Amino acid sequence: MTTVTDIPAAPAVKTARPPRKRGRLVPYWLLLPGLLWLVVFFALPMVYQASTSIQTGSLEDGFKVTWHFATYWDALGDYWPQFLRSVLYAGAATILCLALGYPLAYLIAFRAGRWRNVVLILVIAPFFTSFLIRTLAWKTILSDSGPVVSTLNTLHILDVTSWIGMTDGDRVLATPLAVICGLTYNFLPFMILPLYTSLERIDGRLHEAAGDLYATPATTFRKVTFPLSMPGVVSGTLLTFIPAAGDYVNADLLGSTDTRMVGNVIQTQFLRILDYPTAAALSFILMAAILIMVTVYIRRSGTEDLV
Amino acid sequence: MTTENGGDVRLAGISKTYGSFTAVKPLDLTVPQGSFFALLGASGCGKTTTLRMIAGLEEPSSGTVMLGDQDVTALPPYKRPVNTVFQSYALFPHLDIFENVAFGLRRRGIKSVKKQVGEMLDLVQLGEQARKKPHQLSGGQQQRVAVARALINHPKVLLLDEPLGALDLKLRRQMQLELKRIQTEVGITFVHVTHDQEEAMTMADTVAVMNAGRVEQLGAPADLYENPGSTFVANFLGTSNFIEAEVAGRSGEDLTLKAGDGKLVLPAARCTAATAIGGKVLVGVRPEKISLTHADDAGSIPDGRNRITGRVVDSSFIGVSTQYVIDSPLCDAFEVYSQNIERDSRLAPGAEVVLHWNPAHTFGLDAAQDIEAGAAKVEEDAAA
Repeated sequence: MTTVTDIPAAPAVKTARPPRKRGRLVPYWLLLPGLLWLVVFFALPMVYQASTSIQTGSLEDGFKVTWHFATYWDALGDYWPQFLRSVLYAGAATILCLALGYPLAYLIAFRAGRWRNVVLILVIAPFFTSFLIRTLAWKTILSDSGPVVSTLNTLHILDVTSWIGMTDGDRVLATPLAVICGLTYNFLPFMILPLYTSLERIDGRLHEAAGDLYATPATTFRKVTFPLSMPGVVSGTLLTFIPAAGDYVNADLLGSTDTRMVGNVIQTQFLRILDYPTAAALSFILMAAILIMVTVYIRRSGTEDLV
Repeated sequence: MTTENGGDVRLAGISKTYGSFTAVKPLDLTVPQGSFFALLGASGCGKTTTLRMIAGLEEPSSGTVMLGDQDVTALPPYKRPVNTVFQSYALFPHLDIFENVAFGLRRRGIKSVKKQVGEMLDLVQLGEQARKKPHQLSGGQQQRVAVARALINHPKVLLLDEPLGALDLKLRRQMQLELKRIQTEVGITFVHVTHDQEEAMTMADTVAVMNAGRVEQLGAPADLYENPGSTFVANFLGTSNFIEAEVAGRSGEDLTLKAGDGKLVLPAARCTAATAIGGKVLVGVRPEKISLTHADDAGSIPDGRNRITGRVVDSSFIGVSTQYVIDSPLCDAFEVYSQNIERDSRLAPGAEVVLHWNPAHTFGLDAAQDIEAGAAKVEEDAAA
């Protein structure tokens, strides 16, 4: 019995070995282009920026690495209001995106029926036009003589927003509200798509089961649908908040000097003032702040076992 | 009075149409309190739709649903005193077993659920698994959680929608007995939807066989099996052989029939068709009621038995019995199941044989129906 199985086994192993060895390396070969991409376009610029942030000097004399960490403290001391504003505007835009995006994602996932794909295409349709042009269009929408301002004025909503400092008298353009509106508009699809994906995955029979077990539609949403959509809520808020916190286009086009965000400061330092160390230090501070906030957020939302 | 029939389910003229498609034709059905009732039929026959209308998950196009004396037709599911065990269970993946089972209690505002949930988990033998998530359990365990989650609410009626469909055969048999035990223990009315005729017969007190949106026949399993009212029921529940015959006369309680050149006897009480002389009837007999005797020994067959002649075309030995297919002038592919007590080695394919059976085991049906009704659907389900 043993001899019978041994004899054919030996040559089989011999022929099987070489292809398996080659096969084991294939995944690494496939990883190589991606890794190279990351090294050239992510790791190297990071190292370069890190070294820039600790240099001193001037444009005329050239910059040298002097391990000048004080740049970080100076940047933080000079620009903390812009940092705070970035977090507040991005946070407000994220909350607005969630409030607007959740019902829409819910509708697409559960109620759209055969219109589902049409609505999904409409959600991403704005991407077919340039980001800049769409943001410039908001300048017209929110202009002083435009319909939005007059409607909000008639409804006395501008009184309320002015009172909390979001608008300035009869103006919406060049106020915090305009920047937040622009951020909300531009990042809404990044909220809707992950929300839709996680809602769409929910088994419809779970809703029936909850109803069958005495849960009203509202309780079903609170106890079943929303908890199960948490992965989408978390990824949607991250995909909205992170780019919104670093954005400068909306504050530049729709805001004023009083609504400058940290992105605007970095842009000015790099491109106009040409103070590269400060710009690099600001970038690193922003990155660290976002990393810390995101880590705390993911820990607290407790969605590790749901994703 | 109210407590006595509080668990009755009474459907009156209930129907469901989707556009031009009628899923359930107007249907009257009463499920008595405390019974184990099975709705049996092939997929698409309307059995699940009927169950969902009782649960409130589907709104009937017409008719009323009564639970005891209460008309619940207009009530949403969360206001109905019924609970459902869903096909593939629909357990909440984000809650552990304990919270899944406690879900219904908590929704009704009951605060101290610990003792009840513990007892219920013990009843379904899952006390140890309380803190696991559903995906960590096996199919059979998930099925028991689904039952516990529904039963803990003490519903007036427990609805089971193909609850054992996702389990393998051995586990399914085990769970059938388990469910039957639980039903006996708690005494709640169970309405069970299944396409598995064996499952319906082993578990239910009463079986309603559904076909194309209506109840074809309703009765105790043995009654349905022995006295099918249509070829559909006769073929869907087990296997039946049919011979087309003509009523030749009547003698006392029995009808005499002419089938081909031969003569058959059928108790008049077991014939659901009109029995005027010269009328056509379908004579049915179950394969296991038939004895086979080799043509050489035909003389040894006692008098008074129905007999026809044929030739063995196929035989398959399946342990407890041997299944023969017999070609006969009256019916091609006559099926005979013979217990393997004394096997006659001459009964091989090609052998000339006489089939004979006690006339009491014969049933008569209206000849104006499809002999094959219900048979093909069973095969489809078996293949699926």
